Amino acid sequence: MNSNFFEVLRAGINTTYQDHGRFHMQHFGITPGGCMDLKSFFIANALLGNNSEEGVLEFAYQGPLLKLVKGEAKIVITGNVTFQIIKTNNEKVNGECNRSYNLKEGEQIDILATKESVYGYLAVEGGFNLKPFCKSVSILARAQIGPNEGKKIKNNDKVNFKRNSNNEKNFTTNVINEKREIIRVMQGSQFNFFSKQSQNNFFKKHYKITNLTDRMGMRLEGPSISNIVSANIRSEGITKGAIQVPADGQPIILLTDYPTIGGYPKISNVISADYHVLAQKVPGEKVLFKNVELREAEQLYKEHLNNISETIKNIKEIN
Amino acid sequence: MIKKLSNIGDCGVVCDFGDDVNQKINAGVIKLFHYIKEEVSKGNIKGILNYTPSYNKLIINFDLNKIKSSQIIDFIKSINFSKLSFSKNKKEWIIPICYDFGIDLENISKTLKIDKKEIINIHLNTTFFIYMVGFIPGHPFMGDLDSKLFLERLKTPRVKLAPGSVGIVEKFCNIYPHESPGGWNIIGRTSTKLFDKKNESQPCLLSAGDTVKFKSISKKEFENLYNE
Repeated sequence: MNSNFFEVLRAGINTTYQDHGRFHMQHFGITPGGCMDLKSFFIANALLGNNSEEGVLEFAYQGPLLKLVKGEAKIVITGNVTFQIIKTNNEKVNGECNRSYNLKEGEQIDILATKESVYGYLAVEGGFNLKPFCKSVSILARAQIGPNEGKKIKNNDKVNFKRNSNNEKNFTTNVINEKREIIRVMQGSQFNFFSKQSQNNFFKKHYKITNLTDRMGMRLEGPSISNIVSANIRSEGITKGAIQVPADGQPIILLTDYPTIGGYPKISNVISADYHVLAQKVPGEKVLFKNVELREAEQLYKEHLNNISETIKNIKEIN
Repeated sequence: MIKKLSNIGDCGVVCDFGDDVNQKINAGVIKLFHYIKEEVSKGNIKGILNYTPSYNKLIINFDLNKIKSSQIIDFIKSINFSKLSFSKNKKEWIIPICYDFGIDLENISKTLKIDKKEIINIHLNTTFFIYMVGFIPGHPFMGDLDSKLFLERLKTPRVKLAPGSVGIVEKFCNIYPHESPGGWNIIGRTSTKLFDKKNESQPCLLSAGDTVKFKSISKKEFENLYNE
């Protein structure tokens, strides 16, 4: 049993282990969870030659400061993140995202901040050494499910990884920044719960992302959406990206750690191809919703996956 | 039995069994849920990720990379509903509740013009049927409450509720198993833990189809039981 590990000198904000998510459990009330930005997740693992579903560390706004106490590691950071590698002689090297680095015993990695985005990811070659719950290593902190006793990473924790990195080769790829104001959605069967005026506003006016935003949901602020049928519906199963409107008329987008069942009517649902773009928006940013039909949403998702495949195909060795 | 099939986003299908909430409609939902769960575990259909029953709907979520909405809908349409069965391993639970934690009892009493004691009595004398489990892990949705106690959800959901909080809305009653946000009217709190993560195959105490009766306990008894 090897015991390679990092020590957490500073935990960062909302630092948790995540993977692609935990499925076949929603009927128990267990939400799929997983990385908020799955594109960054897949690219991180691909750059290290990992299994595509290997768990990573996700952080929000500020990442952790980790010291490699035992072993050698090859790491990658994805997203849009400022970070430094601190050598044993205290020399600081500015890091680049979407590029692998070799770390020697005693070196530190200081993940300072995400830039114009919320989430960043740290992956290690071979993966972190984690005990899955129901086939996933995603932490659901509010239910204390997943590795690390289901808790966020805190100072002095040990971050164990599976194996020493034994090659000096490093890899990089070019990732297109998809920042955009327009978020495409599909109307659902409850679209007609809302007044014509509200329906028009929803697609023509901007909605601002508020501070009341986390892995579970994103509260928006904008023209009030008035309900002409009923502000309550029979509680029903939720889908990631559902945009529900409670009686106060301000929409809430249900994100990755969504409640599995909800009782507010939904005006629309964010399409799969745009979800990662939405999840990376910071409070204060504005969004403009655009309606698309099912066929188009399916086509856009296909293009999104092709884009990720292309990015992975273009991974190159650094000379 | 399904009244309507529709899409929710590009990776969800809604099977709607009708507007009413009663145990007959719910039984239909549960039957289809059991069937799909079994077909998925047998590997007879690929790409389905979740199947979430509620009072009158079953929502199926899938991996858009593996299957499309139209294929899910064709699959549902091919099912012979008369052959689906509803396995009844029904359990009857008695769950302790301390009404001293009922942070909304005062307001409910004012809104409904019913004495607090009477509200508690009605609640204690109800045998609740569990329609579904969800929202957060292990969380049961139960009915049916006396129409005298019918209330709407809070206009703005609370950001944080204590674990074990018992809430009511319309004819329904529920228990929040973890600290979480929520929009229901809180009448008390239970010491019983509804979710056990050590039990990976059945982490939830309560299942759809079970019944629950509440038993009143003091704050002291609550603390003893809660710390056990």
